Parts: sequence; structure tokens; C-alpha cells
Amino acid sequence: MSNHHQNKKSYAEMLELVKQDLTTGVGRSVKHESAAKQVSGEAVYVDDRLEFPNQLHVYARMSDKAHARITKLDVSPCYDFPGVAIAITAKDVPGQLDIGAVLPGDPLLADGLVEYYGQPVLAVAANDLDTARKAAMAAIVEYEELEPVLSVEQALEQEHFVSEPHTHKRGDSAAALAGAQHRITGQAHIGGQEHFYLETQISSVVPTEDGGMIVFTSSQNPTEVQKLVAEVLGVSFNKIQIDMRRMGGGFGGKETQAAGPACIAAVVAHHTRRPAKMRLPRMEDMMMTGKRHPFFNQYEVGFDDNGLITGCEMKLAGNCGYSPDLSNSIVDRAMFHSDNGYYLGDATITGYRCKTNLASNTAYRGFGGPQGLIMPEIILDDIARRLGKDPLEVRKLNLYGGEGRDTTHYYQKVEDNALPQMIDDLERSSDYQARRQAIREFNAKSPILKKGLALTPVKFGISFTATFLNQAGALIHIYTDGSIHLNHGGTEMGQGLNTKVAQVVAEEFQVDFDTIQITATNTDKVPNTSPTAASSGADLNGKAAQNAARTIKQRLVEFAARHFNVTEEDVTFRNNHVLIRDEVMPFAEFIQLAYFNQISLSSTGFYRTPKIYYDRDTARGRPFYYYAYGCACSEVVVDTLTGEYKILRADILHDVGASLNPAIDIGQVEGAFVQGAGWLTSEELVWNDKGRLMTSGPASYKIPAVTDMPIDFRVRLVENRKNAEDTVYHSKAVGEPPFMLGISVFCAIKDAIASVADYRVSPAIDAPATPERVLWAIRDMEQHQQQARTAAVAETV
Amino acid sequence: MIRFLLNRELRVEDHLDPNMTVLNYLRTQARKTGTKEGCASGDCGACTVVLGELDGERIRYRSVNSCLTFVSALNGKQLITVEDLKQGDRLHPAQQAMVDCHGSQCGFCTPGIVMSMFALGKNVGKPEKEEIHEALAGNLCRCTGYRPIVEAAEKMYDNVTPDSFNREHADTLARLREIQPRAQVELSNGKRKAYNPTTLAELALLKEQHPEARLVAGGTDLALEVTQLRKEIGTLIYVGDIAEMKQVQVFDDRIELGAAASLTDCYQALSNDYPDFGALLHRFASLQIRNQGTLGGNIGNASPIGDSPPALIALGAQLVLRQGEQSRSLDLQDYFIDYKVTAQQPGEFIEKVIVPRAADNGEFRSYKISKRIDDDISAVLGCFNLVIRDGRVQSARVAFGGMAAIPKRASQCEQALTGAEWNRDTIEKAKQALAQDFSPISDFRASREYRQLTAVNLLTRYFVELESPEVETRVTAYV
Repeated sequence: MSNHHQNKKSYAEMLELVKQDLTTGVGRSVKHESAAKQVSGEAVYVDDRLEFPNQLHVYARMSDKAHARITKLDVSPCYDFPGVAIAITAKDVPGQLDIGAVLPGDPLLADGLVEYYGQPVLAVAANDLDTARKAAMAAIVEYEELEPVLSVEQALEQEHFVSEPHTHKRGDSAAALAGAQHRITGQAHIGGQEHFYLETQISSVVPTEDGGMIVFTSSQNPTEVQKLVAEVLGVSFNKIQIDMRRMGGGFGGKETQAAGPACIAAVVAHHTRRPAKMRLPRMEDMMMTGKRHPFFNQYEVGFDDNGLITGCEMKLAGNCGYSPDLSNSIVDRAMFHSDNGYYLGDATITGYRCKTNLASNTAYRGFGGPQGLIMPEIILDDIARRLGKDPLEVRKLNLYGGEGRDTTHYYQKVEDNALPQMIDDLERSSDYQARRQAIREFNAKSPILKKGLALTPVKFGISFTATFLNQAGALIHIYTDGSIHLNHGGTEMGQGLNTKVAQVVAEEFQVDFDTIQITATNTDKVPNTSPTAASSGADLNGKAAQNAARTIKQRLVEFAARHFNVTEEDVTFRNNHVLIRDEVMPFAEFIQLAYFNQISLSSTGFYRTPKIYYDRDTARGRPFYYYAYGCACSEVVVDTLTGEYKILRADILHDVGASLNPAIDIGQVEGAFVQGAGWLTSEELVWNDKGRLMTSGPASYKIPAVTDMPIDFRVRLVENRKNAEDTVYHSKAVGEPPFMLGISVFCAIKDAIASVADYRVSPAIDAPATPERVLWAIRDMEQHQQQARTAAVAETV
Repeated sequence: MIRFLLNRELRVEDHLDPNMTVLNYLRTQARKTGTKEGCASGDCGACTVVLGELDGERIRYRSVNSCLTFVSALNGKQLITVEDLKQGDRLHPAQQAMVDCHGSQCGFCTPGIVMSMFALGKNVGKPEKEEIHEALAGNLCRCTGYRPIVEAAEKMYDNVTPDSFNREHADTLARLREIQPRAQVELSNGKRKAYNPTTLAELALLKEQHPEARLVAGGTDLALEVTQLRKEIGTLIYVGDIAEMKQVQVFDDRIELGAAASLTDCYQALSNDYPDFGALLHRFASLQIRNQGTLGGNIGNASPIGDSPPALIALGAQLVLRQGEQSRSLDLQDYFIDYKVTAQQPGEFIEKVIVPRAADNGEFRSYKISKRIDDDISAVLGCFNLVIRDGRVQSARVAFGGMAAIPKRASQCEQALTGAEWNRDTIEKAKQALAQDFSPISDFRASREYRQLTAVNLLTRYFVELESPEVETRVTAYV
């Protein structure tokens, strides 16, 4: 209880205040809760924590073979280095060796067999990282090489899968294709993507007196780190406590793959009884951990003279790397999004999970969705070029809507479809038609530089497709000075989740944001949490926190009604005050009163998403609670001599329902767009013929830099359009959907290339569209143009 | 023993590993963890700190990558980190603007970005958009898409009030004067050693005594051997304390660039005469690298993909190599012999680079091709310098990077051009000749075929730019 003297406000002053709105509640652009600490260097990341006097640092030696049997493994030379505490191999793992997230296949350290170049084979702990590394490199590791599978085509051909294919089917696509007025077949390689979170994977582990561990980790999935650390040590889950304050970026890369360093450090700590930290240097991080799945997609589409799709078949082959990890759900999500916002007619969509000798590819913003969703955009470009139409016209024609055209190929009804209206809005506000005309004129006069324009939509399904994951918990305490402690199962990776959840709690109690202390995600406080993934963080944890707040609030309301002898309707919380019929008192004072009257001021909250299900046997269901929508119009300029390009302008209109925090949502939209554009332009992963990742650092792997953002960047949120479903304050998820707005850049580059052959041919270009790929596509266009001229001359002769 | 100011605190260090980077010094010795390691290779900027250096009556503030800076380079300087900006509860304007504009999300790149913005504010006051882009091109952010960060940089000096660095300026100046290097110092941990000579003569002597020693100027390439390749460098000679070697002098007939002058310091002289050299330097790595990296280093490491050698070769630059008391001049093109093999003798070092003035030169253009426009290593770098008189090519110097094991002139192309009429026919012939000049390799930056084709196409671009200046030829012109 506080003995501080407080400035008492008069009754009239308080009455005036309760008429005003809370300034830091839901819908306000409250600043990120950590912003002031981040800019001053005071925000603590795992590696910044004060180290212990007996601290160990761990380095894992990676395999330098893509596929091989280990014929000799001798760590005794490691001990020649002063400061080395222990060198461990698979046989030193006391409990379960496999740390596969859903299905087994990921040994913590290689057990006789290595399946990718970069796989951890052994680990050394020493007083400093440099010594650990030198010692690890001194171990003797000998291999008998086996034939690796390095290409997705080869894996597909050999049916070398990490799990079984799955098919969505609506109608008779073969018949529809056979009867179509026009048909196009094609294929595209869609590149993977390195997460490039600025903070590499890290965990710091401290052994406890009970044979357990306290783990400070940078993970999107504390509960899974808890489970896996317990399993590799062979102890029960309750011995392991996970503390996760913030990540320096996650993007999906720390959903499953943060567990490896945590578990290795835990095994070291278990044997040595010393605190152990494992931080991956950048190159090791890039080589050891998985990325966005590259996909190899094949399609055949049938359409009529107007460009309306009547039938479609797609084969989506995800390059999963050496183990299942989350690939089942990732390839599923690619399939679920292979329609984007369009009705595909009779459709057969099959997803393949190809096993290759690469690091195990994993979650990355969009979770396979982008690699599927880009396909209809490629297909519609093809159709438009074939028919000599503007791609936007063909896109609009094929949108969901109208009689019999509102059900997806997995039989979910597309309700509350915002796209037709949003596209119209953006087409107008971006001045699409006038710019289209201006670009044609520019291109006609400009022999070397060509401009391109594209407007593409996004429809993205929100919910974990593994239905059970759609649950969350929260914990709220109110202390007797009225300050509030908030904890929930979600993790903060920069996306502003803590800020949003605190705003929800602020709104519920009608107190200022500053009243609420956000605390590290901790498995001791909220157990059995789902990963912060699938854009679901605020949807799930916001609701759980809201439920916790409402539980306490209900107790408080009942108490006030009793205490003041009024009805429950007479008790309202308003702008840091509580109004009890004619009585008004500051929130803190009211809380004290409740405490003295023995009211519990602490509660958990729980939430599960309603309505959703998916039947895998019939490949039908409603996997998504709702869809989030967006559209982007991008303009680029391309150099036909070199293939270089630049994004000139991007206009974005994005749907977040009723925004919980517009500034944070706009930050998500802008950041996702640039990241999505990077995926499809400069971010190229290259492996050599031994399966070694050649682009293993930022010198060779190029994420967007400051001048890669659009020169003219205009982002708007859809206004006055609440989520029709009962989500937290009718907001919508925002993490992943805008990532796919970057596809408009890819299509704009293709549009500029197509101008070289008068828009009559659809450029076939794989992603990412590096300057080199763009230049080859331009050469193709020039050859088409040459052939067309020759043909025209032949005709006139 | 080296002496420097850790913001306001005098640090005297006499027992440190000279292979230690400033980043590791900060995080492990000084226990200041605001500065982050994102890559330890100078590519992400998360570790950006600012060095204050005495420059006459003023202090120059430069952003640098602490992960690529060896501790010896701190001698005589002020090291400012993100922790030093906030005064009490009051954020620095650069920090406050980042908060106000929602410029941080995960926050891991943020300290580096704040430091780049801080240096920008110190150097130019309220910046233009291009200056902001230049200052931030070496700071990667994976979360925001940069828009709010650029906005913060635009706004940070809206209501500028003196900060603590202004207020303490006179005092800092006096303290920096006190610790200016006046004589050669050494730093050692008993195993490895670094020397900081202060005169050319001292350097010449040291290099003769320790022919195995590695010269370090900016260290932006050498430090990678330690942080990435995990090598140990037994003897280092830091040349940054030698004033004579950092001079940039413009004479009537030549520009003389000291081998230890930073690329930033070379910028003005080179871009005045050769605007395209300026444009090239803008895209040369990042500002942090250019603030430390030197022409001498870029030449001396003899990389086939260094950005300055092709331009300097095309311009007809010369090197002055020094050994002991002896100096000799060498055409830069003759310095490069084979992959990482140069004409430099043991005990010899590059003293300066001499570039002819523009009036005595031809039409110079340089074209850099890379996957990403900013802060990327060239796939191909083509430089053209033709003297055209009365419709004929009098002389041609055409040099490429990324096309061979060394930066190299395109001799067949030059031959096809020299003496020929300046027209499209000649260009077509020269392009065919150029296609014969090189047989580049394929790597993750580009394929052999792409390098060949773009090299040839760059000659087309050169022709178009000279003949039809109204035609747009560069996407980089859009800013």
C-alpha cells in the first residue's frame, strides 16, 4: 500500500475527467512500450544480461557435408585448449535426442548421420566463445559421404518427401481444362528467404537446485523451449522455467529453431552445473537454421475470352530441407492461399513436402502462404498478356463474389469480402489508370529505362491451421496502489504485441497505459502457450487478457454494487476513475477500498478461437476464423541494359478491422511490404553443388536497405470497417498479411519487362527477380519482339 | 599504451589484445551493452558508434562500425556510444525523434541507427533526404521498412537545442588535445602487438623491421580476417595516426590522396573533378565504412571486386610506393599482377595515390552493377574514360572490376575504340572486342554470362550518355 501523499482532485474535477476519453486506450497510437529503452540502449536482450563469474559460452561445430555417415568423432583434442569445460556429442544428451517440433527428425546433435551442410555435430563450452570455437574446430570428425538430394525437382521426381502429399479438390478440373476456351501451362521457382532477424539465435541457461533450468531465450515459443529442454534433459516440464522479455526480431525464425541453442546450452549446463550461453554468430545462424521454404510450382489454367478462370490445377512443391519441422502446415498454408482472392473454378491443388539435404526450412512470415498466393498473380498476368488486357482488369474479373463464386477450393465460404471495394478505392487513390497511360507513353519514348505498374490484392486466412493452437492465456494482478501487472503467453519480437495487449487492459479498466507494467513472457506465469505466430498474437492474447481483466472487473463491479448499495449498471470505469452512481473516485482509491474489503485482485484469463475446424480426410472445412485483406499498387523503373530497377512509388490500402493501434499497424504494413519486396527482388539464397549456403552473411545476402523502400510510399488503413467476427475490439491480425503486398513489386517489374514486347508476352521469371533474372527476361522479350518483326515483314512480302 | 575518451572518461589501456574490436571492448571490457552485434562484418550497422576526432578548432564526428575497428584506432579519439546520448531522463533529439516517429520495433538495430543519426545531425544539422539516405544506407532494419526512421531523421533537428556535446565542447576539445598522439605508441597483450606510428619515417622503419606486419588503416577489410575467418594477426601497424598519410591535396595537374585518407575525405576532391567518381563513392559500401576505409586499403588488399581500382585505373592514377627512405611511382594498372598478388615488395607500403585532374582527362563514367543498389559488392564495375576530339576517339581507358582475377583494362575494347570514329558502328565493334577481353567467373553475385553481357551493355550506356544526354539511362537517378 502506498503512503505517498497524492494530490487530491475535487469532485467537480473528477466529474470533468470522467467525461473525457482515455488517451492511451484501444485505437490510439500509443508508442511501443520499449521505444524509449531501445533508443537509449537500455533495453536488455539476452546477450546483454550480466554474465555470471563461472559463465560458459557454447559453440557448435557444423557439418561440412550435406549428407554423410560420421565414421569418426573424437572430441578429446578439444580439451587441449585452456578454458574448455566440456565437449558434447549426441551421446551426451541425457534425455531425448530429437527436438522435432511436430514430427521427429531433428537430432539436437548429429547421431551418426549428417543430413545438411551446417548441421551441428558437436558442441564445446568454454570460458569464452573464441576458445569454444577453436576447440570445436580441433575435434576430429570423419565422414563417409552419401549422395545428397539438393534440388526440389529431384526430390519431387523421386517422391523423396518428409511427409505425404495432400490435395484440395473442387469439381472436375480436368474436364474444366479440357473444355476451356484458352489454356496456359507454366511453372515458377519461388525463392526462399533468410529471416535476418538482427539478433541471432541465443539462449542463456542457468541450472537450478532441483535439476532444472532457468532459460533466458529469444524465442517465439517459450512453451516449446520448455518442453524440449525438459525432454533433452529427461526431466519433467515443471523443472524448467523460460523467461522471454524481447527478441531482436523473429519473423517465424524463432518459432521452432530457437530451441536448438537452448537445448544445447541446457545439456552443457546439466553436465557442468555452470550457466551456459549459446549465441550463434551470424554466419553460423544463417547456415545452421532453416529459412522460408523455396517452392517449385507448376500450373495449368483454363479461361474464357474475357479472362475468367474456369479451371485450374496446381502442384506446389515445398523444399522442406532435411526434416519435417513445420513443413506440413507450411505447405498446407501455401495450398490454402493458392487462390489468393480469386475464384479458381474447378480446381485441384496438390502440395508436396520435398525432402532435400538442406537446413530444415521453417516458419517465416506468411508461413507458406506467400509462396502459394503469388501463383494466381503470376497466372493472371499470363492470362492478361495472352488476351491483351490490363492485368488489373483480369484480376478484378476473377475476384470472389457473386452467385456460386464465394467458396474456396477447401470449401470455406468467403464472407465479408472487402477486396472489390478496396481495389476500387486504391485504383482511384493511386491514380492507376492515368499512370498506366503515362507509363505507356514514357516507355514508348524511353529506349533504355522502362517503367512498370501493378496493383495486386491479398486475402490472407487468420488462425493456426493446427486448430488446437488457437488458444491463449493471460495473468493480471492489480496491486493496492492501483498499478497493474500484466503477463500473457505471447512474445514480443518488435511487433508491438505487448503494447497492444496493454492497451486492451487499459481500455478494460479505463486506466492510463502507464499504469500497466508489461513483464517478460514466462512459463511460470502463463503455462502451455502457443507460439506467437500466424499473426495471432493480439487476437489470442488480447482476448485472453481482456477476459482476465473482465473477471477482475466483474468482481469489482459486484463489490461496488454491494458496498455502495447500487445496481451493477451504476458502476462504470471511466478515464482513471470509477463512477458509482453519483460517487466518483480515482481508480487507485477504489482498488484500495476493494482490497480492504477482501476482493481478489488477480486473475488469469483464457481464450480459444470459435468456429474453426478442418477435416483433413475430406480436405474441407473452415480453417480460418476470418480473412484479412490488403492491396498495393507499385511502380518501378527497370534498366533494360543491366536489369537493375528501383521502386518509384507504392500505394497501399490495408484492412486491419478496427485498429488497436494505428501507428503500430502502419509500422507492420510498411515493414512487411518492404520485407516482401525484398523476398522477391534482392534476397537471393545460393547454395553450391555441395549444398553449402554461399550467401551466408549480409555481405552476400541482401535484404532491403534504406534506399530500397519506395521513393514515394503512401500507406493507408481501411477506415470504419470493423472485423465482422467477434475479435478483440473487432480488430484484425496484421503481422503476416501485408507481407504479400510486396508481390505488387514483382508484378510491376514483370510489367516493365513485358513492355519490351508490347505487353503481348508474359515474362517467365523466377523469384527473386534479381537484376540478372530481369535482364534474361528482357532478352527473352527482345527475342520475341525480333521474331514478331520478322514475322510481320514476312507477311508483308 | 593507448589513450582515448570513453565519452567523458579518460581510458588508458596498456594490456589489450590488439585484435580486439571496439565492439568487443565495449561489450566485454567496458560492460556497455547498448551497442549490438548484428553481423560482426560491417554490413548491418547495429554496432555503429561515433568517433570524435580533433580537427583544428573543431571536433569531427564520424559514424563507424565498431565491429571492424580495432582498439588501436581509438588512440587520441573520443568514443561515443548510444548510452552517452541521454542526459538524465531526457532523450537526445535523435532518440526522441525515433520514439516520436515509431522508428523502433524490435529495437536491435536501433542503437546503431540512433548513432548514425546523431553523427548526421552533428555534421550537417538539419539534413536533406539524400543526406539521410547516405547516413543510413549502412544500417539495416528488418522490421520497419525504414519510412519512420527516415521521418525521424528529418524531424530530429526541428527544434534543435544544444546537447551535452555542444555544452562540453570546449572541455572535450581541450582533453582531446591533451591525448593527441605525439609519438609512436604500442599496444600488446603479451602475445600480439600493435604499433601506432605518427610519422611516415617511423612507419617505414617499422615496416622494414616487421615485414610480416599487417598495415591497418580503416581495417574494414582486415578486421574481417579476425571476425569472420578467425585468424590471429600477430603484428599490426595502425597508420591512422600519421597525419602526412591522411592528406588530400589538390594541385593544378593532379590530386594527391594519402593512402590513409578515408574515402569520405577523398570524396570532395574526386567528385569535384569527376562527378561519376562521387556517385560511385556514394555507393561504395556504407558511410560507416567510407569513414574508416581508405583508398590505400582498397587498393592494397588487391581484391578483384574493390570499387576504387577500376575507376582509378581508368583515370590513369599512379601509386607512390615507399620502402625505407626510397619511394617509387607505379601506374596503378601495373600494381595488380594476379589474384591477390601485387607488385608491392616485402617491407614496401602504399604512401599515396595520384590522380590526374579532369582538365587533362577524358569523359569519365563509372557504372556499378550489384544486386542491391546500396552497400553491396559489385558484380561488375565498368569505368570508361575516352578522349574524343573532332568525332574521333583519341584515347581510351576502359577498366573493369569483377571481370577477372584483378581489376583490369579492356585492352581489345580500347584498341577497337582508339583512333576510330565516334559512332554507333565503332561502339558495336568495340562491344564485340570487349566480349573477348574477359572470361569472368560465375558466383553467387552473378553468372559469367550476366557479367559478360552487362559489361558490353555498359559500353552502350556510355555511348548513349555522351551522344544523347536527354535519354534516361540510370535507375539510380531516381531518388
